[in-house]
Amino acid sequence: MPLESYLILSALLFTIGVVGVLIRRNAIIIFMCIELMLNAANLAFVAISRSLGEASGQVFVIFVMAVAAAEVAIGLAIIVSVFKHRQTINVDEVNSLKG
Amino acid sequence: MSKELIVVLLIAPLVGFLINGLFGKWLKGNEKLSGWIGALAVLVSLVCSIIAFISLNNGAALLDAKLYDWIIGDFGDDSFAFNIGFYVDALTAVMLLVITGVGFLIHVYSIGYMHGDEGYTRYFAYLNLFVFAMLILVLGNNYLMMFVGWEGVGLCSYLLIGFWYDKQSATDAGKKAFIMNRIGDFGFLLGMFTLFAAFGTLDFGAMFDAAEADNFQKVFGASTLEIATLLLFVGAIGKSAQIPLYVWLPDAMEGPTPVSALIHAATMVTAGVYMIARSAVLYNIAETGQIVAWIGVLTAFFAATIALTQNDIKRILAYSTVSQLGYMFVGVGVGAYASGVFHLVTHAFFKGLMFLTAGSVMHAMANELDMRKMGGLKSKMPITHWTFLVGALAIAGFPFLSGFWSKDEILHSAWGSFPLIYGIGLVTAFLTAFYMFRLIFVTFYGESRVDSEVASHLHESPAIMWLPLAILAIPSALIGLLLGWGGHESWFHDFTKSVFPEAHHDASGNVIVFMAISSVVGLAGIAFAWTRYSKRVPSDEPTGALHRLLANKYYVDEIYNALIVQPVKNGSHFLLWKLVDNGIIDGIVNGVAAIIRFVGGTLRRLQTGLVQVYIISMVLGIVLFLAYYLFFT
Amino acid sequence: MNPEQILFILFGAVSLIGAIAVISFRHPIYSALSLIVTFFAQAGLFVLLGAHFVAAVQIIVYAGAIMVLFLFVIMLLNLGTLSAKGAISGKLKGFAVILGILLAIEGVYIAVKAINDPAVASAETATESVNTTTYTIGELLFNEYLLPFEVTSLILLAALIGVIVLVKRESQAENEVQ
Repeated sequence: MPLESYLILSALLFTIGVVGVLIRRNAIIIFMCIELMLNAANLAFVAISRSLGEASGQVFVIFVMAVAAAEVAIGLAIIVSVFKHRQTINVDEVNSLKG
Repeated sequence: MSKELIVVLLIAPLVGFLINGLFGKWLKGNEKLSGWIGALAVLVSLVCSIIAFISLNNGAALLDAKLYDWIIGDFGDDSFAFNIGFYVDALTAVMLLVITGVGFLIHVYSIGYMHGDEGYTRYFAYLNLFVFAMLILVLGNNYLMMFVGWEGVGLCSYLLIGFWYDKQSATDAGKKAFIMNRIGDFGFLLGMFTLFAAFGTLDFGAMFDAAEADNFQKVFGASTLEIATLLLFVGAIGKSAQIPLYVWLPDAMEGPTPVSALIHAATMVTAGVYMIARSAVLYNIAETGQIVAWIGVLTAFFAATIALTQNDIKRILAYSTVSQLGYMFVGVGVGAYASGVFHLVTHAFFKGLMFLTAGSVMHAMANELDMRKMGGLKSKMPITHWTFLVGALAIAGFPFLSGFWSKDEILHSAWGSFPLIYGIGLVTAFLTAFYMFRLIFVTFYGESRVDSEVASHLHESPAIMWLPLAILAIPSALIGLLLGWGGHESWFHDFTKSVFPEAHHDASGNVIVFMAISSVVGLAGIAFAWTRYSKRVPSDEPTGALHRLLANKYYVDEIYNALIVQPVKNGSHFLLWKLVDNGIIDGIVNGVAAIIRFVGGTLRRLQTGLVQVYIISMVLGIVLFLAYYLFFT
Repeated sequence: MNPEQILFILFGAVSLIGAIAVISFRHPIYSALSLIVTFFAQAGLFVLLGAHFVAAVQIIVYAGAIMVLFLFVIMLLNLGTLSAKGAISGKLKGFAVILGILLAIEGVYIAVKAINDPAVASAETATESVNTTTYTIGELLFNEYLLPFEVTSLILLAALIGVIVLVKRESQAENEVQ
């Protein structure tokens, strides 16, 4: 399969992630959408890595996964504490920054 | 004479100032120590001055030494350098002796006079600082250093006039003196700039040589030197209290009396005379002396008439000082520089003496200054009386006392070229004798009008105060005879002849005749005062229009107030404060704040607190940016 | 159509459907399960690309560890569907979808443009056949990318400590309230 197809697929997945972040109000789903975007990027990395015949892209994917794991741990901890405080994870109701 | 000697001479008062100024807190319990440190510092300077005087070898030697470069401007062809250096010639030596000699006696006197004052150590610190600044003024070998001293004495004068700063009138007088001096200093500065532009240096030696060789840039064409010397004279007008800037000096009497003696009679106010004498070469070439002389003689006459009607002892002495300074300017103005400086010397002694005796009277009379409340003090305070009498006789021109010699020389020099100045000067001499003896008769003779309470502890001052009086009385009486015998061939003229250029003035006529005329005028003034005030006390209410005019000092303060002070005040109030400050400046500041507030108030609505709105804006930005990047570049 | 193309279309379709399902389900549990499906499909794509090691890690770390964490949190907090009350950002939904479509067009454009870039194209033809093995990745990781690798471990450590602190402080605050 040509590289092009993989990149188009990656772009579509990424966009779906973005739209999800924009339209969903449930914090935990927003989080999943972020994972989706990271995965789309991973796909592009691996596809280009193959097309260049270089393993570096795959190494980056490993790094991305490690960072994603750390991010998920922290993010979920934050969601848990927000939920404990306000009994909700609706981002519309977490609006202390309102000017 | 070495540089080191001059350095010691100069530094000693500074050390005294630092000790009293920095450690005054610990010296407070021990007044005497503090006072003697101050006096000792000046004594060191006095000894150095005497050594320097002797080593001048009768005026033949000269020291023009550079200590170090102070300001260096390296601009290729336009390079210049100002240095810290000394210029010691006969004129400097005379000034040094006057400053440190009179200064030392006044320091000693102050130990007694200031006894028990709150700010005892502060007083001596200021006084030492003043001596230091005054020494810089006379020792400097360039105009810039002279200016440093000039400003330094101005500062000390301000500090000491306002010494009792919890008194409103004292602080006002201090400010008045400071501002009046500032006007003059501005002239001095401009004069200095002009000279620098013309000569490229401010060093006396180099400048005077160039001026004599006519080798300088004519920045204002042919009248460069005229403009420069007149601007310098503006500085002298301020510092030496001449018309129209004299009004600060009478008010300066708010300071402690020894300060009046030292600063406002003997030394600082004569700085203007010294400056002109120092610049004699320039004045001679520029021929602006005539203006100096006219201002001088008018001031002399004007101040003397005001002194006729005053009842405050110190004010009479203050106007007398203004008047005598006028004489000095006549001297240096008509080209008789040596005579002007000679009068400066004699005046320093007898006027310093009179101020100190006035202080002695105040000391005994619980700070009373109004002579109508005195009378008959002769028997209670004999030493004060006799020393004051010596001073008064000297200033009145009593034959063979010091004032007689110096004043006569000035008048004699004026006669040749300006007979009118001579005439006004002679009238002024008569007035001087009159108001001085009016003061004496009312204060020391006649019935005692002292309050009974004050009278009960009326006493002669302690030895620490009357000893300096007695010592000062000797030169007041004799210095004229010693230095001035022989008129223009006297020792003093001989001593200073290397300093001053050949005089223009015409000293023709028989000296004896002039002396006789002066004597008669002086004695007439004394006699006239005797007929009017030996039995009578000045009335409280002025009689007649002229009397009222004089008693109110020609309303000069009121005129200045109406013409200058009030317009400035109103301008400040309405224009600067209400319009510029409140309207424009505050308007701009508040306007900026209001705009920011408005913009912020509008923009804060963007802060919805909804994370997704923020993200949408971000994505919108990304989409637009990418679109631009992909499709339009 | 060769088997590779068939597999690509299969995995691609599954991952796209899974992704749309993630953002469409109202209940987070369904979303999480759809995400797992997407991850598996992506692992298949990695295998197609010859990145076997990455595919394995994808399944172990993402589908195994991360998604279990998600499910665990959803169940722990007993999160159901949210009420639509006070949904101000809901009005922006349409705008968000339009933005997403625009972004997708731009993304696809970049993908096509990148392929047409002569530099990338030549690299593709030259090294199509090169196979990357776990051995190569390991060598790169411990030689060229040693420092980033170590930094990653620090990030994980920081995350570990951060999570402990976050949760621990919460429980202390609760104790004080009680």
